[in-house]
Amino acid sequence: MLNYTIRRLLLAIPTLIAISLIIFLLLDLAPSDPTANLPLTIPPEVREKIRQSLGIGDPIYIRYLLWCKQFFVNEPLNILEQVFGWDFGGDRLRVLSWQTRSPVVDLIVQRMPQTLWVVGMSYIVGVLIAVPIGIYSAYKQYSWFDQAGTFVSMVGFSVPTFFTGVLMIVIFSVWLGWFPSIYDTTHVVTDWQSFVFQVRQMAMPVFVLALFNAAQISRFMRASMLDNLNLDYVRTARAKGMKERTVLLVHVLRNSLIPVVTVIALGVPQVFGGAIITEQVFKVNGLGQLLIIAIQGGDLPTVQTLTFIFAVLIILFNLIADVLYGILDPRIRYD
Amino acid sequence: MSDTAQAPLVQVRGLKMHFPIHAGLFRRHVGDIKAVDDISLDIFESETLGLVGESGCGKSTAGRAIISLYTITDGSVEIDGVDLAQLDSNSLRAMRPKMQMIFQDPQASLNPRMSVASIIAEPLVEHMSLSSSERLARVYELMDAVGLNRAFAERFPHEFSGGQRQRIGIARALALNPKFIVCDEPIAALDVSIQAQVVNLLEDLQKQFGLTYLFISHDLSMVRHIADRVAVMYLGKIVELAPRDTLYSQPLHPYTQALLSAVPEPDPVSEKDRRHIILKGDVPSPANTPTGCNFCTRCPIAEDICRQIDPEFREITPGQFVACHFVGETTKSTGENTTGTIAQH
Repeated sequence: MLNYTIRRLLLAIPTLIAISLIIFLLLDLAPSDPTANLPLTIPPEVREKIRQSLGIGDPIYIRYLLWCKQFFVNEPLNILEQVFGWDFGGDRLRVLSWQTRSPVVDLIVQRMPQTLWVVGMSYIVGVLIAVPIGIYSAYKQYSWFDQAGTFVSMVGFSVPTFFTGVLMIVIFSVWLGWFPSIYDTTHVVTDWQSFVFQVRQMAMPVFVLALFNAAQISRFMRASMLDNLNLDYVRTARAKGMKERTVLLVHVLRNSLIPVVTVIALGVPQVFGGAIITEQVFKVNGLGQLLIIAIQGGDLPTVQTLTFIFAVLIILFNLIADVLYGILDPRIRYD
Repeated sequence: MSDTAQAPLVQVRGLKMHFPIHAGLFRRHVGDIKAVDDISLDIFESETLGLVGESGCGKSTAGRAIISLYTITDGSVEIDGVDLAQLDSNSLRAMRPKMQMIFQDPQASLNPRMSVASIIAEPLVEHMSLSSSERLARVYELMDAVGLNRAFAERFPHEFSGGQRQRIGIARALALNPKFIVCDEPIAALDVSIQAQVVNLLEDLQKQFGLTYLFISHDLSMVRHIADRVAVMYLGKIVELAPRDTLYSQPLHPYTQALLSAVPEPDPVSEKDRRHIILKGDVPSPANTPTGCNFCTRCPIAEDICRQIDPEFREITPGQFVACHFVGETTKSTGENTTGTIAQH
């Protein structure tokens, strides 16, 4: 397993280099102009100077290699310096956002907590809702609970979050006034009162996203449980005289979780990617919102860096899913 | 051989196992698959009752219904004097140590995520209070009894061959010292070379532990080898139940005769002269059984009465029960000398 993991990690290096090149070339082909959002009164020659100062004039391979050096060498060194207090010396050029002129990595670090709290929490809540629903729906297949669960998951899956989000705002903020409709990023949790406020402002975005996640995962869970419930070893367990609870939660659940765990692991990168639309609806300024603003502003370094980080996460969690598969299922051996 | 004086260990009376069919827009109950339809039999202590029949006749369902792996539709099953149909789920669980089952597919019937030791030990944890070292000792003892190397205790089922997996299944069934074991085609999924080993193992264990078997199989020669008495099933019903030698030498029911005539003869000379009774048509659907005798659609000697009245399951000679209108009173031959040929060897 360890050999396998190391081999996969080594294989990831050329993959990531290829991905970074593709991302870079694709974005470079896009006809976006970082100065397009500037006031029209700025004369063309000044605009051209701004572009040159951003480095757009250089040939593409120079810009690519420069970005690679900044991202793979300078930024990790910077992080090491900050975390361990070391000093590597020298003045390193960082990946700078064209819009804000601040390092992209710093922007990401600022945005990360909101995304992790809201989107991450919604993923956890979604899984916690989905797994029991999936188990019970499968166990009582075609019961009213199963029918209702299947219907809700179909609705959750097919109704987009920009609809449920706005609907929630209308019902719970406008009519009932229970929750604030805008997420306050500057809010700091210091005592019980502020904690309650934090929970209240998180409630709606978390619920909207959790419904969406739970819809998918509960269907996976249900299908996987159904696959296993009819297998012979379940009958064996009953013949052994095990309690129904044990049959269900030890024999069937453990085997059904194998594919579900991998699906859950593969979904984690989406959490970091942020929920672009939901974050917009509730004004959570997380990573998703950072990405959309950067795209609108033609801020290529930010878009490149964010997209590349998502690619890294996807490859990483694919590997984690495969390794988990091997750990959970004794029939799978990678070596 | 059965001893009619002693009380049977398993007493099945009027056992019915119907599976409902739901169809249409509102999934209304439109009928039943009569997998097992009114069977009665006794199994005596330390005997082996063979249950034979073609695929889909309800053998396996009968076996599962007898040890209450299904909730039976009607009838009663008494094991050791306790009527299983009356028990709630907890008391039924308490009865599980007395009755066990060896399953057909040794691969699918073992949990792929559990090691051999934990598969065998699980019923011990549930039903006995043993310390972990006692439990391990018992697991090793069982592995020895079925001829598995102790060193394999921590391996997983997929790491074994078919025969070894079936030995795991047998060890698991034996773990709680059951009195009665339903062997549901335990050798059907195995290579011929392994079948004999497993059957011999089952026989040895029967002698060693005084086990009672219900041996379900479609392999007539294997049943002849292992069973004391044999029941023949057709379309959810038992058509003939007799001591082994009687059944193989003087089959009375036309279906049994046809079934036995299909067993090939190793001697090519006598095989050449043998007549086979070839049944015409297919087995009717168990969801839509014929009126009268279930076998009337394919029976070579069927008459009008067979299509109207379901024949009673009667004792013709001591120990030999047959469900056919023509047996006993007017002996009506199938017109072929199958019976005689089979009696010869």
